[in-house]
Amino acid sequence: MDAHEHTVLERLSNGLVKENPIFKLALSMCPAVAMTNTVRNGFLLGLAVLFVQVASNVTVSVFRRFIHERIRIPAYIIIIATWVSVSDMTLAAYAPGFYKEIALYVKLIVVFAIIISRLEVFASRNTVWPSFWDGMGMGLGFMFALMLVGCLREFLGAGTLWGVEILPFKPFFFWSLPPAGFFAIGLIMALFIWLERRFNAWRAKR
Amino acid sequence: MTARATFLLLLVLLWAAPAQAGNIVAGEITGEHELTLALAAPLDAAVEWRGLVGVVERENPDVPLTVTAATLSKDGRALVLTLAEPVSGQGAYTVTLRAGPNGAGETFQVRKGVLAVLFSILISAALIQNFVFSRYLGLCIFFGASGRKETAVGMGFSFILVMTLSAVFVWAMYNFVLKPLHLQFLQVLTFVGIIAIFVQLLDTVLRKVNPFLFKKLGVYLVLITTNCIILAVPLILVDNAYDLWESLALALGSGAGFALALFLMACVRERLELADIPEPFRGLPIAFVVAGLFALAFLGFSGMSF
Repeated sequence: MDAHEHTVLERLSNGLVKENPIFKLALSMCPAVAMTNTVRNGFLLGLAVLFVQVASNVTVSVFRRFIHERIRIPAYIIIIATWVSVSDMTLAAYAPGFYKEIALYVKLIVVFAIIISRLEVFASRNTVWPSFWDGMGMGLGFMFALMLVGCLREFLGAGTLWGVEILPFKPFFFWSLPPAGFFAIGLIMALFIWLERRFNAWRAKR
Repeated sequence: MTARATFLLLLVLLWAAPAQAGNIVAGEITGEHELTLALAAPLDAAVEWRGLVGVVERENPDVPLTVTAATLSKDGRALVLTLAEPVSGQGAYTVTLRAGPNGAGETFQVRKGVLAVLFSILISAALIQNFVFSRYLGLCIFFGASGRKETAVGMGFSFILVMTLSAVFVWAMYNFVLKPLHLQFLQVLTFVGIIAIFVQLLDTVLRKVNPFLFKKLGVYLVLITTNCIILAVPLILVDNAYDLWESLALALGSGAGFALALFLMACVRERLELADIPEPFRGLPIAFVVAGLFALAFLGFSGMSF
């Protein structure tokens, strides 16, 4: 663990950019490929992940003194599964229409590597307040990634954003097809790497 | 050793399955809106049978389908039910037939031949609904373990093993424990628990029984616990109300499909190491693009249906 102070801003920027779960850590990519054909799906799933991440982070950091080293993985999974069940039922009750599309993936948040890895790396070693903001940063980073890919694919594939018509035609229907998720993630990943290289080179010059 | 235990378990479960006895000897889907029942004893042609039959889809037992007509054949041994909604050849339908206006009812499962259903579930899970290329699940492991052919094969085999066994366990747990106690809302929690315990068990047993196999697969067993696919199979089989054999076919098909995807990807990625790829694309990005190409190719299976 790095020694410097965990400020709110530092945690948020870490989750959004420096250690973005999708583009940088390449964790939990299933929903990023499957659920990003529209911005709304990306947003809803991102919201569920954000909630589960923050809630599990806080829970683990509160109980971190009581969770024995040997059984910590099963304990984490039980904690995550509890919060997933909560968000699953909430979504099913309040947004039944949208929920149908993302139902399977909401249940599968239990096994998203990103959540358990944050518990292991951060929440089990820090107090509640930084853990809360770490969960926020990671969750928002995940949501940002999903919505970015969603924007790209929905705009290019259907000519709409959040279901609102922007262009009267479908510019490039290919992007609406499920396999295009792979291409979108691959291209954006490459773009991220390229931008980072340019940025580092530019900083080295100065 | 484990194989024999599994076989015995299957026998016990099969023995527990209810047998069908009654006047209906056979039922089949004979048209887009038609189910035909064959009867042991002829029915009375004077009775209006339409009011005495009920048809539901097995997945939605609370939603009765509308029966527009019930036609009895001349000898009274075949009853043709005409439904308002089209019936699918893949579906399973539960027909209830009462002997008289206040007689006792008997139920019968109407669906395609068992083998045909199992075969179509297996093929569909492996190719048409391939987990990696059509459902986009298990990608972390997929990109993590497809670097080398050897790893891919090992991973594929351990997946098929764990998936099949855990599907049987989960099916039994859901049908004999959760459902009778109305605890369906605990399914995510229980399934994850079962899988975690199960992988731990397999790990311990393999270590003792077959050290050679353990050395080959032990590394992957730990990874399998926290994986989308291994949890997706139980969720899907519960959603579709599959029986034991259908669950087995789903698990086998999914496992085989995943192993196939891993192997194909590993073959390509070994070649990629020698290719001249633009700098930012090296590593994961190009793997994603390749996976996208595979997914496009697998779209070709989506037109297949049995």
